[in-house]
Amino acid sequence: MAQAVAEAIQKNYLNEKQGLLSWLLTTDHKRIAILYTFSITGFFFLGGFFALMMRLELLSPTNWLVSSETYNKLFTMHGTIMVWFFLIPSIPNTLGNFLIPMMVGAKDLAFPKLNLASWYVFMLGGGVTVYALVRGGVDTGWTFYTPFSTSYSTTYVVAAAVGIFIAGFSTIMTSLNFIATIHRMRAPGLTWFRLPIFIWSMYANSVILVLNTPVLAITLVMVGVERIAKVGIFDPALGGDPVLFQHLFWFYSHPAVYTMVLPGMAVISEIVPAFSRKPMFGYKAVAFSSVAIAALSFLVWGHHMFVAGESVYVAMAFSFFSFCVAVPSAIKVFNWTATMYQGSVSWDTPMLYAIGFIGLFTIGGMTGLMLAVLGLDVHLHDTYFVIAHFHYIMVGGTVMAFLGGVHYWWPKISGKMYPEGLARISAAIVFIGFNLTFFPQYVLGYLGMPRRYAAYPEEFQMLHVLSTAGATILGVGYVLPLCYLIWAWYYGRDATPNPWRATGLEWKTPSPPPAHNFEVTPVVTAPRPYDYEAMKEELQLV
Amino acid sequence: MITNFRLWPVSASSVAGQFNLLFVVLLILCTLVSVAIAIFLIYSVIRYHRKSENELGSQKRYNIPIEVAWTVIPFILFMAFYVWGANLYFHIERPPDNAISMYVVGKQWMWKIQHPEGQREINELHIPVGRPVKLTMTSEDVIHSFFVPAFRTKQDVLPGRYTMTWFEATKPGKYHLFCAQYCGTKHSGMIGWIYAMNPVDYQNWLTQGAPEGSLASNGEKYFHQFGCANCHHFNNQGRCPDLRNLYMRPVLLTTGQTVTADDSYIRRKLHDPDAQVPWGFSAGVMPNFTGIVSEEQILALISYIKALGPQPGTQEPSSSGAAPTQYGTQKGIGGPGATSNAGSQVEKR
Repeated sequence: MAQAVAEAIQKNYLNEKQGLLSWLLTTDHKRIAILYTFSITGFFFLGGFFALMMRLELLSPTNWLVSSETYNKLFTMHGTIMVWFFLIPSIPNTLGNFLIPMMVGAKDLAFPKLNLASWYVFMLGGGVTVYALVRGGVDTGWTFYTPFSTSYSTTYVVAAAVGIFIAGFSTIMTSLNFIATIHRMRAPGLTWFRLPIFIWSMYANSVILVLNTPVLAITLVMVGVERIAKVGIFDPALGGDPVLFQHLFWFYSHPAVYTMVLPGMAVISEIVPAFSRKPMFGYKAVAFSSVAIAALSFLVWGHHMFVAGESVYVAMAFSFFSFCVAVPSAIKVFNWTATMYQGSVSWDTPMLYAIGFIGLFTIGGMTGLMLAVLGLDVHLHDTYFVIAHFHYIMVGGTVMAFLGGVHYWWPKISGKMYPEGLARISAAIVFIGFNLTFFPQYVLGYLGMPRRYAAYPEEFQMLHVLSTAGATILGVGYVLPLCYLIWAWYYGRDATPNPWRATGLEWKTPSPPPAHNFEVTPVVTAPRPYDYEAMKEELQLV
Repeated sequence: MITNFRLWPVSASSVAGQFNLLFVVLLILCTLVSVAIAIFLIYSVIRYHRKSENELGSQKRYNIPIEVAWTVIPFILFMAFYVWGANLYFHIERPPDNAISMYVVGKQWMWKIQHPEGQREINELHIPVGRPVKLTMTSEDVIHSFFVPAFRTKQDVLPGRYTMTWFEATKPGKYHLFCAQYCGTKHSGMIGWIYAMNPVDYQNWLTQGAPEGSLASNGEKYFHQFGCANCHHFNNQGRCPDLRNLYMRPVLLTTGQTVTADDSYIRRKLHDPDAQVPWGFSAGVMPNFTGIVSEEQILALISYIKALGPQPGTQEPSSSGAAPTQYGTQKGIGGPGATSNAGSQVEKR
């Protein structure tokens, strides 16, 4: 009895220190992960609100709800918030922050204070961007194409660019921290090929972000310089080159697209083996495919410019590399599927999200191939086909993976179990709502409906109405987890250290973990990752 | 209320059929592969559903032949579609020699179109069926994109340079023209119609409009109005080059390089006259016309210079170092030994 009481009041990272200041000044990677979770959840629902307003406007072919000016600001702020303040930081800065030290058997990240600083820098960047929004918004699109953004837009372009510029530093800080941690802080015996795939993918992801974020920073500075000082860089009226901006922007932004989905792949690569009770099939192929994606992602930027006046030979090179980068993505899909084959497959919520991810990512990837085909891209470029394609990857992929990951590690993070039945239902709602929202947009796209239209010809209305209907269902699917996860935080059943009987080091410590993660630094002796065979006794599996 | 609902776009150009074939073949293949993955996934999830709490799955870790197969086979398939798609792209990007030239100027938020016969249209373009039409396009302000879904063509329209697109309508009808590149507040209002007409109807339409003169004759008017004729004499006595027989010919520069006297070169001379000065002439003679001539007037001037010959398609347009001898003796026009430097970018080749 006394022992039970002692266990009940056991110190963990959540209760060891109390009060607001203990959170705002924490250097514990787990607490910083929680801070980030609050922030990105807020940004997600803000960006989602803009999306919902857009979908409502598009119910009718005419401007029935908002003016064109407002609509243009809505899609710009939706893109800006979602890309830089949700998608890129989403999984790395929440789940990555929480899990990377635990998965490598470390007490914290390599630079705990830098980690806290990155959150403050992120919030400052977010604050400046929200300031731009409150003052009247930006209407350039999240892509800031010149010379519109530098010489024609009369909105708060510089403020938004400054916000994104600042947030970039936070990205670099976090990525450096991850790289240093993965290199230097691994537990004894934890060699590279004993690391979970999550670590491989997050490592590849961090390398991309460290290399490409400075390019975005300098590009935004150039936009600001041209806009304020009228130095001709991009505007031909000032002697600049408008396409130069697109090269710089996409040299950043195409690798950035992979930094939005690689963390999703990282999460799925943990969920699938854990809920199939089987090692990751083709572990090395999957690990190296992350590295291949990171390398090839820097060679495909020109595929955004097939109709921007690029030479046909340059276009051919970019088309070729775009096909090449699809190969490692395909390898991942095949290996995830093969991991389930002959496994012991559970239908718990994280697995439902993972299955959804694989299906939607496959569709998104296939349509990406169609866009890589030069002759097809001429017609499909800048239409809803592209919108549908990248939402299948970003929302069907990354957001599904994020939700799956949050459910999977929720017992570890909060020490509580979420309500399984309700969670399965909302996973199904997300899946149905997502497809109803975005599948019609593929059809709209190849029919010729251009992007970023506040009003449109009547013949597209039916598909837009379907899409808006789907968006409302999707919205419900996103609000439900927010509600029941908060509920579970307070009233959920207590979680055991390893409720899923998974193999990772993060499950070898109590839920929630103590402030320093492990009472004793773990020593890894199992020769291979996901070694259920070696852990059979420990996990009580037969 | 909801009208004209359809699931397949209108196909009305010579390229549309080729696009449709490639799109449908790739779509079917992608669907088959996706369905195969889905079936295998669902089969595994149901067939191997966990039977008991303590159950452990098979511990198989890899199968090298399978890994190699699903790496190599997709790559080979990808390459097939890569080549097919690149082939179609080459076709889309290269206008046939016999195309009718028309000129497009985009601005926030309208399309201004000039026909060689002198007709001007806004947000409408009348074209004959069965004849390739080549559009030379530029923008007065931001980037726009000329998109005709029924023709499966799209080309960004850039400020400060010319881009080109072409199509050959195959069916008479009225087709959407969209601006596909976000260009500001009324982006969604920058739309118009393409009217593809039978050749006879098109001829009637041309004569009905009865413009004051052809685009080239307007260009001639501007040529005198802006004082170009004062220096560009039609002999070799002027301070500036003779513009006859210049269009699409190689021009030897003071730097020793050679450029083709294409639309972009002519446009550039108006905006930056001291750059790329022809051999035998000096910088500082020609005034800068930036802000004086509009994009549409420049297109008329180009049309005029083009009318001064030679006609496109009658001679090799670009220099191979072997220009006809009459040009070899002329000042500033590429002679033997001149190397080609494709400095002008109007057309991709």
